[in-house]
Amino acid sequence: MLSRRDLLLAGAAGWLGGAASAAESDGSGGARLISLPGKKPLLQRAFRPPNYETPLADLSADFTPNDVFFVRYHLAVIPWVDAASWRLTVGGAGVRQTLSLSLRDLQHGFERVRIAAVNQCSGNRRGLFAPRVPGVQWANGAMGNALWGGVRLRDVLHKAGLGSDALEVVFNGADSAVLPGTPDFIKSLPLERALEESTLIAFEMNGAPLPHWNGAPARLIVPGWTGTYWMKHLTDISVVSSPYQGFWMKSAYRLPTGAFPGARFASQENKDTTPITEILVNSLITSPRPGERLARGARAELAGKAWDNGSGIAAVEVSFDQGGSWRAAHLGRDLGRYAWRDFRLPLDTSKPGSLTIAVRAASRNGAQQPQKLTFNPSGYHDNIVQTVTVEVS
Amino acid sequence: MKVPAGLGVTLLLLAAAALYRMAQAQAPGEFTQLSEGTGRDLTVGRCVICHSLEYIPNNAPAMDRSGWQKTIQKMRERFGAPISDPEAQQILDYLAANYAGKAAG
Repeated sequence: MLSRRDLLLAGAAGWLGGAASAAESDGSGGARLISLPGKKPLLQRAFRPPNYETPLADLSADFTPNDVFFVRYHLAVIPWVDAASWRLTVGGAGVRQTLSLSLRDLQHGFERVRIAAVNQCSGNRRGLFAPRVPGVQWANGAMGNALWGGVRLRDVLHKAGLGSDALEVVFNGADSAVLPGTPDFIKSLPLERALEESTLIAFEMNGAPLPHWNGAPARLIVPGWTGTYWMKHLTDISVVSSPYQGFWMKSAYRLPTGAFPGARFASQENKDTTPITEILVNSLITSPRPGERLARGARAELAGKAWDNGSGIAAVEVSFDQGGSWRAAHLGRDLGRYAWRDFRLPLDTSKPGSLTIAVRAASRNGAQQPQKLTFNPSGYHDNIVQTVTVEVS
Repeated sequence: MKVPAGLGVTLLLLAAAALYRMAQAQAPGEFTQLSEGTGRDLTVGRCVICHSLEYIPNNAPAMDRSGWQKTIQKMRERFGAPISDPEAQQILDYLAANYAGKAAG
């Protein structure tokens, strides 16, 4: 039986010495697998601020387990928030009364809801961009699907009472910067999006309290929009009547205006750039792995996930002839429109040689994954058709 | 045993250095080491105030001299990094010489 000391040593080994290099073939880019406290080994993109990616092998479940869910921070000062003394302040010029809510107030004062939703970092797949662009060099795993439990943001805002001139809702979390001159990570949402039924203040993830590295004790959930809006360790919500001017809205997480489809964030848009908003239709092949050898004549299956902005996946198509012809994959159980959808298709292993498999998903909103990348300097929205090549022998 | 203060400090430093080497030996490559070169210590000293060093080699394939120049400028002007003009020049020279891996063209 392991003693407490053995466990501590094992933990320390995971932290300091438990590094293993992941194979290049899974898109890890040779990143080391490191365990943060409470997490299984994840691909370390950066140690401080911590940025850790879920390995491909852990993206095949319907719901991504909490202990392998990706970790993404901008700033290095990350407190372990004490849930018992934590308070959420809801205020600003756009509300009639300021609220100060404890976790208990939040849990017992509002209707409880659960929603299955993909949380995908805006920069997921940035490391696959050609030409390369600066930023955290994520492969495919800055994303996951979870069942988020909490209360509707709009119920909390209505309790505070909205003024008629409310324009944006501003969110801050407990994490902060090392230097006084570094802008705190603060994000805003258009009022309409904040008031949507699916926008939650969540304190549960997959039925458990939100893990520290994913925003304990409460975080924002904005299904269908990229992860940048999903503020972790939420401490302050402020309703404002003019566009929020902070660095993380005005200068970061922006796209060339008009380059991509998706909801517009009108109060933050200018003629050159506009904030990233909704997730684009996309898919991920989880099996087989690139370069995998399949035994000739043996049963084999293509599997993966498809997701979009919450319109819902209409179809996933597969090509074995470089896009010459496409056939429909079988869609798995619908876990909810903001969740990802499993897809599968048996593979023909009767002929030896290399087999290249391309997958493209289509959304019920009419959009389909493109063949060609729309370049943008920050490396967002890589939803181009992916392929894997395997050997049948 | 009474140890003279100076010797005590020296022993402590030696022990710390030995522990650091042991940690490196157990986990090779665990702590990102930047390449040898003029300006390395200054670069390490300024950058690690806010972030670990793997950001530098990880971004090298996307960077040329102009990319590093823009990054250093962003760190100073937008993020408040305490880097003087001459220091910025030394850091730029170091990064451009050692971590500019962007394909030309």
